Amino acid sequence: MEKFITLSSTVVPLPIENVDTDQIIPARFLKATSKEGFGDNLFRDWRYDNKNNPNPDFVLNNPLYSGSILVAGKNFGSGSSREHAAWAIAGYGFRVVVSSFFADIFKNNALNNGVLPVVVSEGFLQDIFETVTADAQNTLTVDLEKQVIRNNASGREEKFGINSYKKNCLLQGYDDIDFLLSNKDKIQAWENENN
Amino acid sequence: MGKTLFDKIWDRHVIAAVPDGPTQLYIDRHYCHEVTSPQAFQGMRNRKLSFLRPEKTYAIPDHNIPTVDQDKAIQDPVSRKQVDTLQDNAREFGISYFGLGHPKNGVIHVVGPATGLTLPRMTIVCGDWHSSTHSAPGAVALGIGTSEVEMVMAAQSILQTKPQKMRIKVEGKLKPGVGAKDMALYIIAQMTTGGATGFFVEYAGEAVQALTMEGRLTLCNLSIEMGARGGMIAPDQTTFDYIKGREFAPKGAAWEQALAGWKTLRSDEDAVFDQEVQFKAEDIEPMITYGTNPGMGMGITESIPQLESIDPAGRTSFSKALDYMGFKPGESLLGKKIDYVFLGSCTNGRIEDFRAFTQFIKGRQKAPEVVAWLVPGSKAVEQQCREEGLTEILEKAGFVLRQPGCSACLAMNEDKIPAGKYAVSTSNRNFEGRQGPGARTILAGPLVAAAAALSGRITDPRTF
Ligand code: SF4
Repeated sequence: MEKFITLSSTVVPLPIENVDTDQIIPARFLKATSKEGFGDNLFRDWRYDNKNNPNPDFVLNNPLYSGSILVAGKNFGSGSSREHAAWAIAGYGFRVVVSSFFADIFKNNALNNGVLPVVVSEGFLQDIFETVTADAQNTLTVDLEKQVIRNNASGREEKFGINSYKKNCLLQGYDDIDFLLSNKDKIQAWENENN
Repeated sequence: MGKTLFDKIWDRHVIAAVPDGPTQLYIDRHYCHEVTSPQAFQGMRNRKLSFLRPEKTYAIPDHNIPTVDQDKAIQDPVSRKQVDTLQDNAREFGISYFGLGHPKNGVIHVVGPATGLTLPRMTIVCGDWHSSTHSAPGAVALGIGTSEVEMVMAAQSILQTKPQKMRIKVEGKLKPGVGAKDMALYIIAQMTTGGATGFFVEYAGEAVQALTMEGRLTLCNLSIEMGARGGMIAPDQTTFDYIKGREFAPKGAAWEQALAGWKTLRSDEDAVFDQEVQFKAEDIEPMITYGTNPGMGMGITESIPQLESIDPAGRTSFSKALDYMGFKPGESLLGKKIDYVFLGSCTNGRIEDFRAFTQFIKGRQKAPEVVAWLVPGSKAVEQQCREEGLTEILEKAGFVLRQPGCSACLAMNEDKIPAGKYAVSTSNRNFEGRQGPGARTILAGPLVAAAAALSGRITDPRTF
């Protein structure tokens, strides 16, 4: 996994609430047997009309907006547990998703795929939407070490939470299976005691 | 301080705690389906790992499979590839596989409890959020992502942060014509789709205890639609009677021993929950949904809320949902024409659901313009329908039973509701496009579905 330390980037704003995993990656794209290529179908039904023409009103098709930070309305990633949603977001090139609330399982899936979910206050979120609407070139800086997100246009900063285990994993580009397997003797001990 | 039922099971399965991090939790049972597992198998291969405990994993294809002509090769090449990949992976890694046409094939969340693979006190995972179904007999079942699936394969354990605990009590008695699905949709409508996020729920109270085991599976199945990590019910005589004699359930002396342990599985009197919620069973009507998330539900005789009654922050999504559905604020849905009926899924694809539906339609005729997809949750349910004569009654009324699978619940196979059409569906999700691009889903229980299938309209089954 790629390390994550700090990131400054322009943002892609998606001021919609309750974006569920079916919107992020519609079920009909779940048939792949590898992790590659999901980014192409991120937000598929919003991004393209039913004749597969790009929908010019959707933000990913708006040349003004780009960057590796997605900023979305409250309750992002609700719906199914499909990790494909996280792959689609990672595959598209986002490394951070900012919202005022995330569905639990999405948060986990994102972290497991090197995407950092940043929870901010509703006020901070609206501040981002305002500044990027005013100027699409405005940037955010996410400092994982300090756990601080900064809106460089307004100067507003906020601390965000992350559990220290996941934080370490991201900072070091280290993964969960490495950790679990290092405890093989404890797994065996548990089984001896409980079976 | 006493412990909750959830704590008792969780604490028993802790292998190690990461300092200021998640817990390494031992997993007793792992179910695998064709959609969320291939990348995990691939990951194992890339790391040159084998399963730590292959005998604890069961692989069952269910999401993609066709519900007709299961004896022939799967037509859709992509679906066929996923199913074949699961079979090849199961063989390569030495895990049990109940493939297409196998007597134990079906939707995992239907097959697990019905075969006794799902038992009280277990920790159970599957790369599928409706895994919470398996908590109904008093287990801790969690939906996990594919990275976590790989963890279970490699280490028979996962890393999890302990959720908070919530108890939802439903006191009193359900009214006639009101079932477990209505109870669940009512609770979700009250709690909203994010209302239990971060919590593991224990359902309790008279009305919950009065549910049959299959009703409990339906209720627990839907827990995640309010954001919960899962929802469980303390095991009791209903649970034990249901499990006894099932194929993989313990037998003889092992049964007696297991039973003695299971009987202690309940929250202590003085256990403290992070949140407690109470509802009255008599407030619950047969439910339907009118929007595009399961929390947008109402009693079938009620009207869609007015825009002004919606929290200002939610008005845009409310209006968007109604536009998608083609409904108006303040409208009653009774008498609304519908096009499709879907009976099935891990929510309502069990034998009791088929009995309830069949009982209702017996001696009547399906509305000719309605397309009805009746999809048993498993091969065993299909078989039982035949043995109990349900299939015959259904056929006389103009219905055809399809073969088991997830089917129109998420429309990954051919069973897609066409754009703009209305479906009364006993499944669990009414998201935009869930049942096919542009499909309009109205979630309901089996009786509302049966009434709709006969009348071609949204009809209160109590006044049919
Ligand atoms: S029936 Fe529906 S909800 Fe259940 S496992 Fe299948 S697709 Fe998922």
